[in-house]
Amino acid sequence: MRGSQNKQKDERYLKLVDKLTPNSDLAKGLIRAFWVGGVICVIGQLVNDAAKVWLALSKDDAGMVTAVVMVFFGSLLTGIGVYDRIGKYAGAGSIVPITGFANSIVASAMEFRREGLVLGVGAKLFLIAGPVLVYGIGTSILVGIIAFFVGV
Amino acid sequence: MLETIWMYLKVFVVGGILCMIGQFLMLKTKMNAARILVGYVTLGVILGAVGLYPPLVTFAGAGATIPLLGFGNSLAKGVLEAVAEKGLLGAFTGGLTATAAGVAAAVFFGYLFAIVCTPKMKV
Amino acid sequence: MLGGQTALLETRPVVDAWASAVCKKEGEGPLGDLFDMIHTDDTMGEDNWEKAETRLFMDAVKRCIEKAGVTSGDVRMLLGGDLLNQLVASNFAGRELGIPFIGLFGACSTMAESLAVGAMILESGSADRLLCAASSHFCTAERQFRFPLEMGTQRPPSAQWTVTGAGAVMVSNRRTVLRPRPVITHVTIGKPIDLGVTDATNMGAAMAPAAADTLCRHLMDTSRTPTDYDVIATGDLGAVGSALFEELMREKGMPLLAHRHVDCGLMIFSPEQDVHSGGSGCGCSASVLCADLLPKVQKGKIGRLLFMATGALMSPVSANEGESIPSIAHAVVIERPEEV
Repeated sequence: MRGSQNKQKDERYLKLVDKLTPNSDLAKGLIRAFWVGGVICVIGQLVNDAAKVWLALSKDDAGMVTAVVMVFFGSLLTGIGVYDRIGKYAGAGSIVPITGFANSIVASAMEFRREGLVLGVGAKLFLIAGPVLVYGIGTSILVGIIAFFVGV
Repeated sequence: MLETIWMYLKVFVVGGILCMIGQFLMLKTKMNAARILVGYVTLGVILGAVGLYPPLVTFAGAGATIPLLGFGNSLAKGVLEAVAEKGLLGAFTGGLTATAAGVAAAVFFGYLFAIVCTPKMKV
Repeated sequence: MLGGQTALLETRPVVDAWASAVCKKEGEGPLGDLFDMIHTDDTMGEDNWEKAETRLFMDAVKRCIEKAGVTSGDVRMLLGGDLLNQLVASNFAGRELGIPFIGLFGACSTMAESLAVGAMILESGSADRLLCAASSHFCTAERQFRFPLEMGTQRPPSAQWTVTGAGAVMVSNRRTVLRPRPVITHVTIGKPIDLGVTDATNMGAAMAPAAADTLCRHLMDTSRTPTDYDVIATGDLGAVGSALFEELMREKGMPLLAHRHVDCGLMIFSPEQDVHSGGSGCGCSASVLCADLLPKVQKGKIGRLLFMATGALMSPVSANEGESIPSIAHAVVIERPEEV
């Protein structure tokens, strides 16, 4: 199949494509990602400080409460159809924070709701979050095994 | 008071920069959202394991923990603590224990909102 | 037969009627007043988007039958398709309509494909009246080819917006003096072409070489030049693809006159609608053909139209497996009504 008459990687054409395809506005994209991402982190810090002061939690527990609350915010905004608009504006600014992780879960689960509760919501919930957990947990176990044998 | 403002400024700037790097990667390398998320978590685990990330958490608080790198860092931190405590078994228990709250919340709220809400056409 | 890829249709099949059905966003575009039906709700009152797309497909077909003044029993065959796995939108419409059905997949080129196949069936004498149709829906296409709708992702400037719409065209071999209608004179079946574009957010770039190849073939086969056509309408190359297509034609020594090349993907939305490079999807060329191009041919504003819809033939699986995107373009020549 490779190299057949109608499938030829045409470097000259691909260069032409690069030339005629408009690029996203890099500066605008970076500024938007910066300020939205920064604001989301500031909200996280506020939640964290509030948990520490009002609930008198330890540093670790406050961190966990922050994660839960931020995930809730991300889920809520996705559910009411706001998060995709933030994402359209901010790009990675709202993908990289943990709220973006929540967004990927809720968006996938909602999308496939009509395919049933088990193989629709249940399975597709992890459409994008699945790989994140697989690689995150997988790498961390590897780190643990290495740490055990190297002896940290 | 001044100290608090300084802290929040650090949160804003560090969090913003971490997101900005993600945006740069998305625009320049055509990495999509899923790959960015996976990449950030994995990188966070590695940076946490080699000890580069914890100082950033001390410096910038939520600015370093809210981006998914922080999630990876928590996984690494949990694993390393558990390995020190329980040996090899800790490699398998530590990560999820440390991040249990976030993961459980994501699954729970994800299910809840999927049942309650319906997706709408993009604008 | 003419040359390598073109069929000259001696019987000159007649385009009897046409109809289009679209959704709100398309209705707010520059062609808004010209569509036969505009739904305001993106689910068309159905439970899910697949059913909604089936509904759009049926709306276009039913309206077309109505406009032709016949009944569904008079239609020998329905040829149609959409973008979804196993053509669920059109197959399920076929289940409701009770017309002998041939499902076609040509990605976004389906409207031209069904017209081309339909015209050749008429030419062969195997049928005397048939319907050609195609549909697409933004939400079903997003789910199948991209991310869930509520994911906060950004679309690059080269991305195109899948049109929520459908078009249906009735072709027959019955001429009447009372109702002169446009005729189909040639069809050119294109080859899948792949120059190695892998970026699924830049479909126009993947499809432009197929459009250029089919057009060159067509012009060679018919010994014509681009100036023999009043309008050359490409399917859904969008802004990026159109620029590449025009550049490729220049390189091949057959430059197009700018005002004679139009692109359905650029006609259906205005730049203010924030669709980036333009519209796409089977429903794009189908609804623009039925709403804008065919009425102009009927009125004689376009004497000779080359309708060439283009399709990117990738699937989510092929994309994940790292394949580049093969594309196809089919061309149909439609001329103004003959003075019978």
